[in-house]
Amino acid sequence: MARDLAALRFEVESALARRVTAPFQYRDRKIVETVSAGIPEIDSLAGGLPRGGLTEICGPPCSGRTSLLVSALASRMADAEVCALIDGRDTFDPYSAEAAGVELKQLLWVRCGNIEQSLRATDLLLQGGGFGMVALDLSDIPAETVRYVQLNVWFRFRRAVEDTRTIFVVVEQEPNAKTCASLVLRMGMRGADWLRTVEISGARVFSYPHTNLFDGAAIQAEMVRARGQGAEAEFYARAGLAGMTGLATETQRHRGRDLKFQI
Amino acid sequence: MGFTAIFVPNFMVQAAERAEPALRARALALIEGAPPLWSVAAVNEAARKAGIETGMTKSQVEQFRGIEIRQRLRGQEKAAHAALLDLGWSISPRVEDVAPDAIVIDIAGLGSLFGTEQDIAREMEKRARGLGLTAQIAAAETIDVAILAARGFAGVTVIPAGEEAKRIGCLPVGVLSPPEEILEIFDRWGIYTCEALAALPVAQLSERLGQEGVRLHELARGESVRSLALAEPEIHFEEEMELEDAVEELEPLSFLLGRLLDQLCARLAARALAVCTVRVRFELDTEDSDRASGVKAPDKKPAFMDLKVRPPKNRNRIYERLLSLPVPVRDSKMLLSLLRLHLQSDPPTAPILKIVLAAEPARPRVSQGELYLPSSPDPEKLELTVARLANLVGDAHVGSAELVDTHRPGEFRMRRFVPPGDRASFGTDEPRKLRPTRTGFRVFRTAVPANVELREGCPVRVGFRGMRGEVVTASGPWRSSGDWWREDFWHNDEWDLEIRFDGADASRREEFPNGGVRPSVQHGVYRIFYDSVRQGWFVRGMYD
Repeated sequence: MARDLAALRFEVESALARRVTAPFQYRDRKIVETVSAGIPEIDSLAGGLPRGGLTEICGPPCSGRTSLLVSALASRMADAEVCALIDGRDTFDPYSAEAAGVELKQLLWVRCGNIEQSLRATDLLLQGGGFGMVALDLSDIPAETVRYVQLNVWFRFRRAVEDTRTIFVVVEQEPNAKTCASLVLRMGMRGADWLRTVEISGARVFSYPHTNLFDGAAIQAEMVRARGQGAEAEFYARAGLAGMTGLATETQRHRGRDLKFQI
Repeated sequence: MGFTAIFVPNFMVQAAERAEPALRARALALIEGAPPLWSVAAVNEAARKAGIETGMTKSQVEQFRGIEIRQRLRGQEKAAHAALLDLGWSISPRVEDVAPDAIVIDIAGLGSLFGTEQDIAREMEKRARGLGLTAQIAAAETIDVAILAARGFAGVTVIPAGEEAKRIGCLPVGVLSPPEEILEIFDRWGIYTCEALAALPVAQLSERLGQEGVRLHELARGESVRSLALAEPEIHFEEEMELEDAVEELEPLSFLLGRLLDQLCARLAARALAVCTVRVRFELDTEDSDRASGVKAPDKKPAFMDLKVRPPKNRNRIYERLLSLPVPVRDSKMLLSLLRLHLQSDPPTAPILKIVLAAEPARPRVSQGELYLPSSPDPEKLELTVARLANLVGDAHVGSAELVDTHRPGEFRMRRFVPPGDRASFGTDEPRKLRPTRTGFRVFRTAVPANVELREGCPVRVGFRGMRGEVVTASGPWRSSGDWWREDFWHNDEWDLEIRFDGADASRREEFPNGGVRPSVQHGVYRIFYDSVRQGWFVRGMYD
C-alpha cells in the first residue's frame, strides 16, 4: 500500500514538475497585516486596511467616501507615515482634511486633470515606493470612463504594492478592480443631521434658514468583498467648520448661536 | 619623505581626452589659432607615430587618414587642472598649485592613513585615473626635486634622501624650465643633462648667467629648498564643453551632459562633497545666416526644440537654469535624469554651442535611521519621482498644500514636498491621537454655475451639472467678504443645502451588466454661494 502511494505520488509530481513545484507541500496562507482606517466601525467591519493590497472605496457623490479617505490618511500620518494622494479631478480640500487630522506636509498631493494623468502618476508613485499609503481618487471622473480602464492596469497596481507595506486605496463611484481588490467597501449616506436653535416645521423652515447648522451625516458602509467580521457598518461623520474660514483666530460668525472657535 | 609631485604629461591632449574618452584609442591632433590659420598645438602618441608634428597646419593634418582633429579648448584644460587640484586636496589639505599640469602635496603625517611613500604615490595614481588623467608621480624630501622627478620620470618614482643629485642627474636640462636663451647657451656649451650642469663651477656660472644660472645650478644639484606655497581649496566646481557643431536633439545633449556630470561628481567625491545645486548654462546658436544660405531643413522638427523664436543675428543667447536638490547627492545618473526631465518641460529655444555645468557643493547627507520610525521614500528616488510627476501634470500641481492665513475661501499654496526626515519633525514621541471622524468635503476648484430658485430669500430648488433637485434643509446665508482693496475682492453669501434630486428613489439600486451598481445621486449636502461680484450662484463643493 505504502509502495503504491509512493509510486502514485512520484507519478503525479513528475507530471506536474514543469508547472507546479512541490504540489503536495502544504503552504501556509500569507498573513496580511492590516492597519486602522481611523474609524472603529470600519475597522471592526473589515478588519482594517490591508498592507500590500488594493482597497476600493465606492459610492455615489455625498456618500462618505471622502470622510473615510481622510480618516485613513490621518490614521497613517498619526503613525508618522508619509502618504500620497493622486487627485483625479483636483477636488481635494486641504482645509477639511487638516481639520480631520491630515498633516499636509506629510502628504504628497498630485493634482491631475484626467484619468490618463492619474493612472500614469499612480504608476510612478507605486514604483517609487516608500509611502505608507497611496490613494487614487477617481470619484469625480465619470464612472463610464473609469469602467474602461483595463483589468491589467489594476493587476499591475496590485502587483506593485504586493510584498510592500504600502496601502493602496482607490476611491471611485463603483468597484472596477474585481479580483485585484483585497477589500471593497460600498458607502452610502443614510441621512444628514442639522442643529436647530429654533424648532420650526412645515413651510416656515425656509423663513429661518440661519437657525440651522449642518452637524454631520450618518454614513453606511457595506463590505462587498474581503475578510472581516461583518457585512455592514454604520458610523457618524461630524461636520466641521474648518474649510469655511482661514486660519484666523476670532469669534466665529453667528451660525444659529454664538460660537467661539480658535482654529 | 616630505613631498609628492603629480605631473600630467601632454596636458592639453589629456584634457581633451578627459572630456572625450573615446579619443584615447585614436590618433588625436589639437589645433589652435584663428581660422584659417589653424596650427597643431599638441598631438598624442598615436598621431605622432602617424607623422603629425606640432606646428603643422590643419590642411596638412587633413592629408593624413584616421586623424581626429579637435580644437584646443581652454575650458577643458581649466576643468582638468581643477580636477588635478581636487585630487591633491583629496589626499592632503597642503597643496601647491605649481603649474596647470603639476601640483605638489605635503605628505607629512599621511603614513598612518596610506602607508609608505610608494603606497601614497600608487593611491594618487589610482585616483588620477579615476578623474580621467594619467599622471607621473614622484616623492622626494624637497619640493623642487619632487617636481623635477615627476616631470622627468614616467610612472611612480621615490627618491630617498641624499640621492637627489644622483637620481635627477640623468634628466635633460629642459626639465629645469630655463629661459629660452639660457637653454640655447647650455646647448652651445654642450650641457645637456642636470649632472653636467651641476658639475659646472657656480661662481663662473653666475658671472655668465647671473642669478638665474645660480638658481638652475642649485636645482640641478637637488639642493634647492623652499616652503610650500599653499593653494586655497576651491569651492567652485565647474565643467564646460564647447561644441564644434551645435546640438539640437535631446539624446546627444543628454550624452554630453552625462559625461560632464560624471566628471563633476568624481571631483566632488574626491573632496568628500556632494552636489547641492546644479546650474546649467547653454550658449545658444542664434545666427540665422547659415540656415538661410541653404542648409537643408530637417524633415521633422526636433522633438524638444522650439525654433519659432528668431532673435537678432550674430548674438549668442544664454539659457540658464538652476536645479536645486532637497538633499545633496553624488549619483550622476540621477542628476542626469532630473536634468532631462527639466529640459523636456522647459527646453532651450535654439541649438546649443556651449555647455557649462556648475555644481554648488555641500556635505553629503548623513542620516541614521531610527529603529521604530516607519520607512519613508528615499529622498533621491523621491526627487526623481516628483520631477517626473511635475513633467506629467505641471510643477504647480505637485507638492504639499500649505494653508494660507486668510479668510478667502479655499486659499492655499503649493510648496515643494519634502518628507520629514527625523522623528523630531513628526512632533513628540507620543503617538498622535486621532480626532473624531469629520465629514469630508470636495471642492469644485472652478466653481460650478448653478440655477437657484428662491423663496423668501432662501433657496428652494437648485440645478447644476444637468441635475435638478429640491432643497430639503438650508443653512445660511453666511456672508463673507474681503480683500476689498484688491481687484479680486470677494463678497459671497454661502449656504449649506441638503438637496433631494429629482427622480431619486432611495429603495432602487440599479445593477450594471459587469456587476457594478449604478451610483444614484439621491440626495446630498452641498455648499453653494451667491457671488455678489459676478452676480450669480455657484456650487463650491459637496460634503462627502
